[in-house]
Amino acid sequence: MSADLYTTLAWLPPAPDDFSAQCRALAVAAPEEAGRRIRLLANHALDLNQLIRLAKSIQLARSASEGGRLKPLTGIKLAVLGNSTTDLLLPALVASAARHGVDLTCIASRYDQVMQEALDVGSEINCAKPDVVLLAIDFRGLPLRASVGNAEAAAETVKNSLAYLETVRSALRRNSGAICLMQTLAPPPETLFGSMDRVLPGTLRWLIDAFNRNLAESVAGSGDALLDVATVAETVGTTEWHCPRQWNMGKFPCAESYLPLYAEHVGRVLGALRGKSRRCLILDLDNTLWGWVIGDDGLEGIRLAQGDPTGEAHLELQRLALSLRQRGIVLAVSSKNEDETARLPFRKHPEMRLREEHIAVFQANWSDKATNIQAIARELSLGLESMVFVDDNPVERGLVRELLPEVAVPEMPQDPALYARTLAAAGYFEAIAFSPEDAQRADFYQDNARRAALERQAGDVDRYLASLNMRITFSPFDQVGRARITQLINKSNQYNLTTRRYTEMEVAAVEHDPTCFTLQVRLADAFADNGMISVVVCREAAAQTWEIDTWLMSCRVLGRRVESMVLRELLARAQLRGIRTLVGWFLPTDRNVLVVDHYRKLGFALTERNPDGSTRWILEVESAAVEPAPMLVEYSGFGSLESALA
Amino acid sequence: MAHADLQDRLTAIFRNVFDDEEIVLAPDLTAADVDGWDSLSHLRLMLNVEKAFKVKFTAAEVGRLKNVGDLESLLASKL
Repeated sequence: MSADLYTTLAWLPPAPDDFSAQCRALAVAAPEEAGRRIRLLANHALDLNQLIRLAKSIQLARSASEGGRLKPLTGIKLAVLGNSTTDLLLPALVASAARHGVDLTCIASRYDQVMQEALDVGSEINCAKPDVVLLAIDFRGLPLRASVGNAEAAAETVKNSLAYLETVRSALRRNSGAICLMQTLAPPPETLFGSMDRVLPGTLRWLIDAFNRNLAESVAGSGDALLDVATVAETVGTTEWHCPRQWNMGKFPCAESYLPLYAEHVGRVLGALRGKSRRCLILDLDNTLWGWVIGDDGLEGIRLAQGDPTGEAHLELQRLALSLRQRGIVLAVSSKNEDETARLPFRKHPEMRLREEHIAVFQANWSDKATNIQAIARELSLGLESMVFVDDNPVERGLVRELLPEVAVPEMPQDPALYARTLAAAGYFEAIAFSPEDAQRADFYQDNARRAALERQAGDVDRYLASLNMRITFSPFDQVGRARITQLINKSNQYNLTTRRYTEMEVAAVEHDPTCFTLQVRLADAFADNGMISVVVCREAAAQTWEIDTWLMSCRVLGRRVESMVLRELLARAQLRGIRTLVGWFLPTDRNVLVVDHYRKLGFALTERNPDGSTRWILEVESAAVEPAPMLVEYSGFGSLESALA
Repeated sequence: MAHADLQDRLTAIFRNVFDDEEIVLAPDLTAADVDGWDSLSHLRLMLNVEKAFKVKFTAAEVGRLKNVGDLESLLASKL
């Protein structure tokens, strides 16, 4: 994994071979065509030279057009005030804004004249009446004097820097009426002490951290917007972002290689200011939302499980889609499939995060995807320029780009592990405001707030557990769970009493063996669905006796008292089947010392200790009592006799 | 790298940076001879050359360059 995804804007298709020729053609294009073609051309992964070329063509096309307008792009007049040279940045901004549906005209302040330009009513900037002012100020442009170890002076320094910016902001608002786009500061990689820089008030790192946090707070609700340069720089690496050589030679706002990325982020915010952000995410299914093909491989074959690397990769994309939905992005499906088949995982697969209720429009048929996407747009009454279409198949992507150029179609990497990251990196859903009306969005924040509150009460474990809203689900082994069961049996080392390994065939055999009792256990809580986390196999070793052949648990749910609930379940099932005694074995390995006292803690009595360290334990079903843990119990897949418990 | 090869690649970079397909390089070519060759595009030119040839120039080296011939010698010394 490298920063290339971001540096090269890899979610955008590469520029066409005849890019320069297409740019030149723009200058002579029909005025009513120019705006649309500029936007299409801008939607490629352009380097700085290409951005500069396109910006030049945009300017020519604008002067050829009626009234200097490039419809359907929306005009914005931007002023850039800063302490770096903007000559290369401005053309990059113009071309990148076109990518986001904005026809940008730029003016720049003289180098390092921020305060003068803002305060002087008659300054070039104020006279130009810009719509937006980008305050492209980095850490060198603020009075951030180090005062190492002096907390009071450090706080004062941060306050002064913020006050300086506040003066600039209010002067600009008063004199030009513009919205200010405020930048967080990208910290330089050089430290003074090392890690302690963040601890010690007054170091540059400390000042920048405090400044950024306070700046973000000052932007909230102010009508101005934030450009989080610090995060962009940290994503690609601050050592790459800040190039001392280039700063010394050219005073670039960041290293030249990152100007396209910087301009892209400005373009996103400008687009968001004009309502150009995307609103709907359309997802392909096979090999996009899950691994493999539902029509060929069936419910048991598709890759979706926790613990399976391919499955987890696809689940990660589902997780992102669900998060986007919770902040108000509409989800839709476009898949070449039979409708029933395509819906099956949404209805039946236990590991699916996305369910039918999350999908606003579900298009599974054999029509081409462009037709389907048009149908989705119609049904949602959203324009095609609001749509993002994610598909692993380059052929489908190419078709949609060709037929519906307004739809954003990110290039997807070969490896599904990077699907979610790529979609997120593309920044289609940039927002500048955040409406609390969406109930789901409110829930989302409530959860976070609750988690923070809970962490403050650390120590009160039971209360914490109770507040997790845990839901435990018991099922016997079945075909859908088999792959994950087998995987847990062969992978779990630590919380594993016997470490017996079984093949998938053997697991299947146990499913149907009337002398065996099996459990697969899932756990969900307020914050996550942990998927299948525990597996138990009991064999009827003697009359009215179950020997626990296998008991294992995923360490990610340690400390939740899951094992107590599993034992309660075993006891209840044993009673139903007339079993009077449970026998447990601990077989030591070099990895499972964690469970040496598992049975003792659960109330079993030791009956045997062998020279190899193995121990044998028994529990009488009749007399056993296990305190329930605070979680909701659910069942699925048990036969009619067993359902009596549910 | 052969001199002709180096010159071909440099020519392509010049044409790309100055967006001018007509540029022909000669050792005595200077900034004054090319439209738009100011200090900023000079810097851009250097960064493009660095990237294409995977070399790095110091500010002092960049400052000493008087013409295309100087650039070719500097570049050749780094390859």
